[in-house]
Amino acid sequence: MQAFLDIFDIYLLEAVLNGILLGGVLALLALGLNLIFGVIDVTWICYAELVMIGMYAMYYLVQYFGVSYFIAAPLTILLVAALGALLHYLVIAPLLTAPPINQLLATGGVLFILQSFATVAFGIDFRNLGIRLPILTIGDMNFSYARLLSFAAALIGMVVVYLFMTRTFTGTAIRAIAQDRQIMALMGVDAKKIYLITSALGGALAGLAACLLVLQYDVHPFVGLTFGPITFLICVLGGLGNFIGGFIASFVLAEIISLGGLFSDLEWGYVFAFGFFMVMMFIRPAGLLARRR
Amino acid sequence: MKKSDIGMIVVLAALVVLPFVYREPYHLHLMVLILIWSFAYTSWSMMGRFGLVSLGHGGFMGVGAYVTALLWNYFGLSPWIGIPFALVAAGILALVVGYPCFRFRITGHYFVLVTLALSGIVLQVITATRDYTGGSLGYTPARATGSSIGSRILALQFDDKATWYLIALLVWLVGLLIWRLIDRSMTRYALEAISEDEDAAAAAGVNVTAEKLKITLISALMTAFAGAMYCQYQMFISPDTVSGIAVSLQMVFAAIVGGLYVALGPTVGAIITILLAETLRIGFGTGAVGWDNLIYGVLLVLFIIFLPQGILGSLLERFRARRKLVRWI
Repeated sequence: MQAFLDIFDIYLLEAVLNGILLGGVLALLALGLNLIFGVIDVTWICYAELVMIGMYAMYYLVQYFGVSYFIAAPLTILLVAALGALLHYLVIAPLLTAPPINQLLATGGVLFILQSFATVAFGIDFRNLGIRLPILTIGDMNFSYARLLSFAAALIGMVVVYLFMTRTFTGTAIRAIAQDRQIMALMGVDAKKIYLITSALGGALAGLAACLLVLQYDVHPFVGLTFGPITFLICVLGGLGNFIGGFIASFVLAEIISLGGLFSDLEWGYVFAFGFFMVMMFIRPAGLLARRR
Repeated sequence: MKKSDIGMIVVLAALVVLPFVYREPYHLHLMVLILIWSFAYTSWSMMGRFGLVSLGHGGFMGVGAYVTALLWNYFGLSPWIGIPFALVAAGILALVVGYPCFRFRITGHYFVLVTLALSGIVLQVITATRDYTGGSLGYTPARATGSSIGSRILALQFDDKATWYLIALLVWLVGLLIWRLIDRSMTRYALEAISEDEDAAAAAGVNVTAEKLKITLISALMTAFAGAMYCQYQMFISPDTVSGIAVSLQMVFAAIVGGLYVALGPTVGAIITILLAETLRIGFGTGAVGWDNLIYGVLLVLFIIFLPQGILGSLLERFRARRKLVRWI
């Protein structure tokens, strides 16, 4: 019995730590989405599909053109950033004065486009990078280096964004526009330019997430559906546009998924996470950190 | 009797008589699909037209289809009893999700994302309980034993396309009738006021939560019923075809392309989407995989930007200026 408990605890600890590692990547995804929501007041339903395109870019650069991973990564980030800016320019900008629901549904259309584009162009096979990173073993616990690397890179990415937002003029303008979009135009800030930069930044974060996720998951056209919904849940749970709330919510949900997956299938982990989300909507409808009015 | 009433009756009679004169199974099959999906899209638009954009309807449809099929397979419960059970389940789900949303004023983006979570949950539950539901491989209701007419009716399984056509036609007409009833009720005015300004509507004495819950419940029940119908007709359901986010988005797409604010708009949307998908499938065979969705996506974006009223909605607007003929539509 004692031996059983020992083993059990090790697994529990491993699941907790893996949850934290998963939370890092989710936090990165949530940050990009929150940034766009906070500044432009638009929800990109197709956000996870941008990540999917980025994963394909990584796959083709590394597998077909033999580019090294560390050169392919910045290229991918640039590509997805350009896609983000393009998405804003082509789809969101003409709809800025339309009801917000229309913008959201238009990005839903982009979701269809990106998914089926990937189906048509790349086929529905599962592909992977073929890079197998070693497994780190501490005591009886196993962690994949891919996850550790992702976690570290996600944290670095978030710190870079934080510094950009607080230390540069453009970053300050972005934060200011998130607070009051009418006044900032009077202060001489070109809102259109800021929107475009923010969209590119959001795209870049999706690109970074793609570079990290491609190490852990196979790419296929519908891979976006596996982590897209959970990203939206995190953003709503943390309060849309609330960066810190999103950060905390990522780890909370990641732990639920990881621990739920420990006790039964991974899908049940997701079901628990969704259920938790629903309960939280009762208790704190405006997000984890929202003050009660 | 007005001219338009007579026209309406002629069209209806033609629709009813059609399967008795024209029996080409493939075309009837397409008509049945169009009618069933029109019903589903109409139920989505019941909410959508009042600004309650839900991406959770894939979830309701999945509940309707799977509960009916599971009760039939595991408990031998006829769909005549199973479908009411499925509707109750979908109704409870709608209330559980809807009440907090409306009580706490979750609107706009938040509402969309919460309902998105709902279809996510239903999809994951179906996948996770794969020992019972077959997971992503799909699920088939058991064939009725015996071929007597009685057992077929009991199992609600017909091989005959014409029978299904008539059933689907009836369901579709009932859907339009419900639309019409709501269109003429106080609920419609209340909900329109709510979609303009919730606080003002509440101040004017509209019970915001109750009105929203009412329309959500109607919409969810109808969607679940559409799911059950689809299951009984196709005799095969999988999470991809009746549940999940893709189905929810498909509803939104068809409703918007057809026209969200007019009764026959979702039907026009269903005709366009299904004919488009079938044309591509026949024209390009397996090479068409993905192309239909690619075209859907491009069309959806273009429509939202340039023609948010949808095809039928925009056409009617143009006509309405000239004549009163379109009163019925």
